[in-house]
Amino acid sequence: MNSPPQTPNQDNGRQNVYWTKSLQIVLFILAIWFVLSLGCGVLFREKLDALLPPMGGAPFGFWMAQQGAIIGFLILLFLYMVLMNSLDGKSGFDQEDEE
Amino acid sequence: MNQDLWNYIFIGGSFALYIGIAVRSRAATTKEYYVASGGVSPFANGMATAADWMSAATFISMAGIIAASGYDASRFLMGWTGGFVLLTTLIVPYLRKFNKFTVTDFLGDRFYSNFARAVGVVCAVFICMTYIMGQMRGVGLVFSRLFDIEIWTGVIIGAGIVFFYAGLGGMKGITYTQVAQYCVMVFAYTIPAVFISMALTGNVIPQFGLIGNFTEATGDTVPLLTKLNQLNTDLGFPDYTVGKLETLDMFCITAALMCGTAGLPHVIVRFFTVKSVKAVRKSACWTLLFIAVIYLTAPAIGAFARTNLILEVQGTAYADAPDWFKGWEDRGLIAWVDKNGDGVMQHRAGSVFAGKDLKPIYAEAPERAPNEPRLTTNELSDNANEVYYDRDILVMANPEMANLPMWVIALVMAGCVAAALSTAAGLLLVLSTSISHDLMKKIVNPGMSDSQEVIWARSASFGFLAIAAYFGINPPAEFVAKTVAFAFGLAASSFFPTILMGVFSKRINREGAIAGMVAGIGLTLGYIIYFQFIANHTNYVFGISPEGIGFVGMLVNFSVATVVSYVTPPPPESVVEMVEEIRLPRKAGSATH
Repeated sequence: MNSPPQTPNQDNGRQNVYWTKSLQIVLFILAIWFVLSLGCGVLFREKLDALLPPMGGAPFGFWMAQQGAIIGFLILLFLYMVLMNSLDGKSGFDQEDEE
Repeated sequence: MNQDLWNYIFIGGSFALYIGIAVRSRAATTKEYYVASGGVSPFANGMATAADWMSAATFISMAGIIAASGYDASRFLMGWTGGFVLLTTLIVPYLRKFNKFTVTDFLGDRFYSNFARAVGVVCAVFICMTYIMGQMRGVGLVFSRLFDIEIWTGVIIGAGIVFFYAGLGGMKGITYTQVAQYCVMVFAYTIPAVFISMALTGNVIPQFGLIGNFTEATGDTVPLLTKLNQLNTDLGFPDYTVGKLETLDMFCITAALMCGTAGLPHVIVRFFTVKSVKAVRKSACWTLLFIAVIYLTAPAIGAFARTNLILEVQGTAYADAPDWFKGWEDRGLIAWVDKNGDGVMQHRAGSVFAGKDLKPIYAEAPERAPNEPRLTTNELSDNANEVYYDRDILVMANPEMANLPMWVIALVMAGCVAAALSTAAGLLLVLSTSISHDLMKKIVNPGMSDSQEVIWARSASFGFLAIAAYFGINPPAEFVAKTVAFAFGLAASSFFPTILMGVFSKRINREGAIAGMVAGIGLTLGYIIYFQFIANHTNYVFGISPEGIGFVGMLVNFSVATVVSYVTPPPPESVVEMVEEIRLPRKAGSATH
């Protein structure tokens, strides 16, 4: 990040673009991760309990902390896999099949 | 068929399965021993990681903790699943690409320093030892409960089995036994939950039962959690869905558990067994899915068990107490003291007993008369609570509370043993590689041959297992409970931030990483030791409890490492090239030295 490539050739450029884009994906995933868990489940839990309609018989913030956040994490990991694999494909860093 | 026979069938059958798998997959080379040759499928690794992750404590105690503390226990649910998001996006793809055997290898190479390597060895050994003692104790407890044998015999049997397949089979043996153990655990955990959910709420799916309706004796329906809140507040407990932890403390503890999870060496190395970076991403999805099946069920079990416990015990005359209540009283995990002399059990907030030791101390009465409780010699507290129960019984007693068939009880016991064994095996692997690879091969004797290294690994696993078994038989009880905070605090303040900086910054150098680790670990350990062992007050700084201090330690590690790195020379060119290389997923190859 700090040291720009000494001899800016095509390959180095391609690597930098790949790294920047993968950082964007990671930050995007972690931002949602934070809102779902520490946000909904802890910081804003009382407000969610009071303001949002309950999930079935459970207050919304409580439900997020004990169920919703975990379901959200699962979706996030799936999303991460799809986004990163497609970035690999587009950038030509595709790997041989893992089987 | 009686219960004993069912127990023998389930436990014996599962052991035969584990041993059979281990014999088929014995490891001969270091590559097989450390990373199962790097050829495990993402699906199988996902199951194995989930089994590794579900420890005896999680399996037996987590639902009980949720039942006892309601919303407050969400810190464990979110912490121990949310950590996998950090692990997957920030740590494992890059360490897999780095392509070495251990987490400590990364610290040593990235920060070109054997001191960093040594700090890694000490932390890994400490984290894993803390954990494995509890696993051995868990196996001993279940065996003594099942077969009426002494705890030490149970611990020795458990240790023997683990050594057989982990010590001999290495990562290869562990992986495929863990797959089998996950299957046992998931059925053992969910089947009772389904039965209880149907009985209590009429919902087949426990997660819907949790948010479903409870039918009163009068025929009226009320949401289960509303009912539970009302039961709790009637008896003087905080609302089940609100809890009593301060928001800042809750935030720090959850964050520390998440970051700690992402820094646990025995979880990270599991991902070294798959073939490529792409396989790591896929495997992480499977892992979290398998973990989520159990973690999403735990809150339901917790709420059901709490409701059942209050409904069946509170206000019931002791003479009419259910059989399970007296059965667990026999085993010393339940006690009732008739404080007001009315013969009826009153369950209220607060501890039954006064003084430092809150566990019952039973009087040496020769035989207890029928319909009389076991007498205790504790000093009593002045609150109205008369019922003591150990929260660990909730999962084990659940099938009995719900009158489930005998084979379900046997299955739950087999599940407890599977949870303890699978985690112990994973930990043992990290412990033995820390000695054979990180210490002997990389620091002491670099000229060592491959087969010598495997011998070291096997001997080290035997040694560690002997120590773990000793502490399983003679538990430093106070100590083990308090050291869980250590394990996660240490992982959160050492491995997680240092690996993170090693991957995402090219500027963090040897001096910075070492200073950061020393500062982070120093603060975390100092705070925990002060409040757990020295101070006899709980005036925490900013209200942050020792459980949550790992988060602060992590922030300190980041800051110190950054400042020190920028005032000292940058890392050598070869290290910068290595960092550039691990950021690209191509050609992960198979793991090497």
